[in-house]
Amino acid sequence: MYTTDMTGKTKAETVAEDPALIAAFEARVANDEFIEPKDWMPQAYRKTLVRQMSQHAHSEIVGMLPEGNWITRAPNLRRKAILLAKVQDEGGHGLYLYAAAETLGASRDEMTEALLSGKAKYSTIFNYPTLTWADIGAIGWLVDGAAIMNQVPLQRTSYGPYARAMVRICKEESFHQRQGYEIMMHLAAGAPEQKRMAQDALNRWWWPSLMMFGPPDDKSPNTAQSMRWRIKRDTNDDLRQKFVDITVPQAQAIGLTVPDDQLKWNDERGGYDFGEVDWEEFAAVVRGEGPVAKERIQARQKAWAEGAWVREAARVHAEKRAAAKQAAE
Amino acid sequence: MDKLATYALRLGDDSLIVGQRLGEWCGHAPALEVDLSLANIALDQIGQATHFLNLAGELEAKGRDGDALAFRRDVMDFTNCLLVEQPNGDFAQTIGRQFLFSHYQALLFEQMASAKDARFAAIAAKASKEVAYHATLASDWVIRLGDGTDESKARMIAGLDWMWRFTDELFLMDEVDAAALAAGVGVDKASLRSAWDARVDAALAEATLTRPPPRRATTGGRAGRHSEHLGHLLSDMQFLQRAYPGATW
Repeated sequence: MYTTDMTGKTKAETVAEDPALIAAFEARVANDEFIEPKDWMPQAYRKTLVRQMSQHAHSEIVGMLPEGNWITRAPNLRRKAILLAKVQDEGGHGLYLYAAAETLGASRDEMTEALLSGKAKYSTIFNYPTLTWADIGAIGWLVDGAAIMNQVPLQRTSYGPYARAMVRICKEESFHQRQGYEIMMHLAAGAPEQKRMAQDALNRWWWPSLMMFGPPDDKSPNTAQSMRWRIKRDTNDDLRQKFVDITVPQAQAIGLTVPDDQLKWNDERGGYDFGEVDWEEFAAVVRGEGPVAKERIQARQKAWAEGAWVREAARVHAEKRAAAKQAAE
Repeated sequence: MDKLATYALRLGDDSLIVGQRLGEWCGHAPALEVDLSLANIALDQIGQATHFLNLAGELEAKGRDGDALAFRRDVMDFTNCLLVEQPNGDFAQTIGRQFLFSHYQALLFEQMASAKDARFAAIAAKASKEVAYHATLASDWVIRLGDGTDESKARMIAGLDWMWRFTDELFLMDEVDAAALAAGVGVDKASLRSAWDARVDAALAEATLTRPPPRRATTGGRAGRHSEHLGHLLSDMQFLQRAYPGATW
């Protein structure tokens, strides 16, 4: 899930590229053809995609942590099983996306290294903590909901392997979203203290979820190029608006209040007017100053460092096997 | 509780507690593929726990379902074997536990799949496919770690050494087991020992490891006499049901 084009930096490519190749490429893209791994593509297109796809993969992996935080504490056996299955799905999405990014010549080790060193980003949303069980519902409903809003159009993104990964991922994400909403429905219809828990989770996750769509259009330097190349199919603000329009009635249906006093239906536009996202907070979280950013990256670094001997053992064992097999032949 | 209910409860508790332990690994494994396989085993085990605990509640006929049994019993009423409640430790210790336990479960469910009681037979038939995969996966890792680097070998030896004192308990027969066996439901666990030894020894040999030296068995789980680890595991697992009694989720 969760691609938010966050870094906003694409350095101008200095390598001169054949204008005829560029023109042919742009014509194919304009014609809605898929670009495949062996096709010629501009350096900047390749680079943008590697950045976006690897960040998307990293988000899946880091995203296992806030939800994993509640596996041992899930309130009943059914919820525990659903959560375990969901976290497994997330890990699987990470694998698809790393594999898809590898078709562009990036290696998984390099991408992992970039995540652990802080060079590569992941979705800002995972730098917020899961404090109560209701947060698991809110993440499924809002965070996966926002992810789907971002990803459905990406099923038609111009790079074939990315588009195909999105088709598979979206099916599972919409399932997660429904499960999350179901948790919220239960809480909202439950005892007063459960309803309070649900409202509190909505209060804390609402704005961070709106931030998942990235900076506003007038401050999103990559958008024009990404849209021309059809990496992106809709602007950040359009998707954010769509999310608000769909989600507000869902909150109302279960008796929860969206924490925005400027939220108001606009008959003329046929959409909700809503308050301003705290862009200063967004920028801080992108810089790595989110509430649990240190915990998240530390957990990944620790898993990687403490697992080094296991990966090394697997490598050495595979070599021994290969040598033994060769000797036997 | 009648003996068959207790029998189902023990099976459910084993799966529940090992599933809970594996759930702790989520997001912290040495590689993404390993994270996924541990979560996968955990999910299978939670599924088995759900079936067996619901069955135990049904046999007990006191209105408790699987959730009531999982979330509202204290340590002295839990009947899992001591092996499954052992802490994860490092990856080798987790693999050591899984290896010893999964081979036991695989043998147990293979036989139970032909139990006379259709309810036990059906759960065991489904579970035996799952645990056969767990046993293979755990053996593969024992072999990789045992026959990997010097460090991985030393860790694998230490991991197995931690777990070894709890293996005899797996094969103990008491009056509950005898009653279940007589009812055509249970398995003669003592008779599984030689097949288990053979499977474990074969994997250890391939891993260039030897069986840890024999020692006095540490037992008591089936009677609710647990290690100090279980209380902490339960306080984590049961927190919500204890804090919000009567709520549904």
